[in-house]
Amino acid sequence: MIKKHLYVLKSPQYVIGLFLLVLVIVARNIGMDLATLFNDSLIKFSMNGIFVLSLLPMLNSGMGMNFGMPVGVVAGLIGLCIAVNYNIVGVSGIIVSMVLGCLVAVFFGIVYGRILLGVSGREEIAGTFIGYSFIPIMNFFWTLAPFSNRQMLYPIGGSGLRPRIGLNAYFGKVIDNSLYLSIGDIGLPMGMLLVYVLIGGFLIFFYRTSIGKAMLAVGENPNFAKASGMDCDRLKKISVCFSLALGAIGICVYAQSFGFIELYDAPMTIAFPAVSALLIGGATANKGTVLQGIVGTYLFQSIYLLSVPIANELLLPEVSEIMRTIIANGIILYALLMSHQRRNLYGASL
Amino acid sequence: MERRYKVPLLFLFLIVGGIFLSGLSVNFVLNGVINRFIRNGIMVLALIVPIKAGMGLNFSVTVGAMCAQVGYIMALALGLTSFSGSALALVGSLVLAVIVGWLIGLALNRVRGKEMIATMIIGLLANGIYQLIFLTCVGDIIPVRNTSIILSRGIGVRNTVDLKVFRGLLDNLGVVTLFGIRLPLVMIAIVICFGCCLYYLLNTPFGRKIKCVGDSIEKSQQVGIFADKIRLKSMIVSTVIAAVGHFVYLQNIGMLNVYTGHLKHEIFASAALMAGGATIKDATVRQGFVGLVLFHALFIVSPQAGQALFNNPALGEYFRSFVAYGTIAFALIINSEDKKRADIARKPIVEYSDVNM
Repeated sequence: MIKKHLYVLKSPQYVIGLFLLVLVIVARNIGMDLATLFNDSLIKFSMNGIFVLSLLPMLNSGMGMNFGMPVGVVAGLIGLCIAVNYNIVGVSGIIVSMVLGCLVAVFFGIVYGRILLGVSGREEIAGTFIGYSFIPIMNFFWTLAPFSNRQMLYPIGGSGLRPRIGLNAYFGKVIDNSLYLSIGDIGLPMGMLLVYVLIGGFLIFFYRTSIGKAMLAVGENPNFAKASGMDCDRLKKISVCFSLALGAIGICVYAQSFGFIELYDAPMTIAFPAVSALLIGGATANKGTVLQGIVGTYLFQSIYLLSVPIANELLLPEVSEIMRTIIANGIILYALLMSHQRRNLYGASL
Repeated sequence: MERRYKVPLLFLFLIVGGIFLSGLSVNFVLNGVINRFIRNGIMVLALIVPIKAGMGLNFSVTVGAMCAQVGYIMALALGLTSFSGSALALVGSLVLAVIVGWLIGLALNRVRGKEMIATMIIGLLANGIYQLIFLTCVGDIIPVRNTSIILSRGIGVRNTVDLKVFRGLLDNLGVVTLFGIRLPLVMIAIVICFGCCLYYLLNTPFGRKIKCVGDSIEKSQQVGIFADKIRLKSMIVSTVIAAVGHFVYLQNIGMLNVYTGHLKHEIFASAALMAGGATIKDATVRQGFVGLVLFHALFIVSPQAGQALFNNPALGEYFRSFVAYGTIAFALIINSEDKKRADIARKPIVEYSDVNM
């Protein structure tokens, strides 16, 4: 039996880890509070982690990175808006929005999955543009949908949701503040981490079940999976629904921590940082694990978090945002170039 | 009816409906369309060569656009004006476009089958690098003679740079007004001439090699064509045409948004080409021009139509961006479905997937 390593560090993780270390040293030298930074990094980590995990089901069933993540995120936003509209506050609010978001996401996933099945081999670019073109459609919805809560609507005119809806009166930071553990200067947002661990654990458990294993097989070798009697199309559709539902949960967790629901064009580029976080963790273009997602998210979000104050201090304030796009897209491009080189070398392409 | 006529006809239908709803005069729409035709015409042509070479839509035409902007800023930084400045800007941007196109081509040869997503990421990455250079390097690392284009803090180029010194070289030549429609004949001739050149290029031996590689890499290898080399060259051609296209665009507008001027051009150009009935496997110059007119006519009409229909101009805006992205998404989806149908026709009768799990 081949010994399975839980996690193998490779050169990209070393490089990014080293970069992070340099950033931490610089941050200490310019006199920033490392404890606060660590606390913030934990929040950022658990805020964005679910987006990264939401890429895994589709990636592992051979559909590539889910660049169409906005579709799932929009489903989550619908859930959040309904919960706010009916004034559901506290923990029940976030749970209601998650459940509703998941339901809408599954509905979207059925349609989206059907479309993606037709474009096999080009899922990534098709997903990108389906996501992009879905956002203007939803802009129609946000403008015309019959929401009645005055806090959500434009103050003048009274029709159409605001681009930013404050959540502090409803369920802003409920998960952030629950089970908050402070040890000295360091604060551990146990609630957030617990939600994150629950979802990660659920994914790991899912890949132990027969349907999860079948999905992995479809991703690894679709012809073999088909020959051994699996319904590839159905498994792929399920994985799309699963991905979108996790995306919906992700935006619920994100929005309650951020304190605002951001509508309209906000979800447009949400997929790119998540994809590059998963790739930093060591996922390839056709396989990724939960642990890779977790490690990648922590490295990526910590770099994001540290780069802002450092860029403000040392360089110009506008540079940090640009640095982020360069880092995120550079990693995706690197992974694309490398993965195909490997495939060409071993001739493993199907 | 053949599918390649369906999309243009749908667009035509929407435009006619939009004109009726919005109450805009046909003259106004035509003037707008002609203006946009001469501005965006060459950029659309840049997409045709990679499609013929089997690489799909080239979303990194923005990189070509960036090259043109670099050329202009270079000319301005040296304090050159009018003809000499334009000439330097053009030469500079072309040289840069050749280099960058070569690099993109090298990258794309490593990602066969996933060229489109790769070009998209390359465009985004190049945008970041471009912004970083002009925001932090110009003024301190790269010295500039003409300090009027630099921000007051001494580092970085201003957000908008005036290109009036280069304006009026071509676009005011041979303007004829017919029935209230302004026709800049020289510019239209230049764009159409470019189209003809491209048409000619695609029928030269080089063009035939491109089509051969686009049909099948294996077959082209068998007849002795180096597919990678042809793909590299077609990428260079595409980037160079894109640079020229953006050069003409900026020259016509007379103003340069340094950090945002190049964005979204790839989306509009691709959507225009697809609106003309092109697919991601095949496109012609004629489809490019027809699509350009249709897409931009719809673009002009839709905000007013949204205002008239829903009493809300924002909805027209949303419809506009939906048309831009949706046309591309539609082309990506539909084309593969055709391929799938062809695959099914070839498949053996017994299907493994009939066995449920």
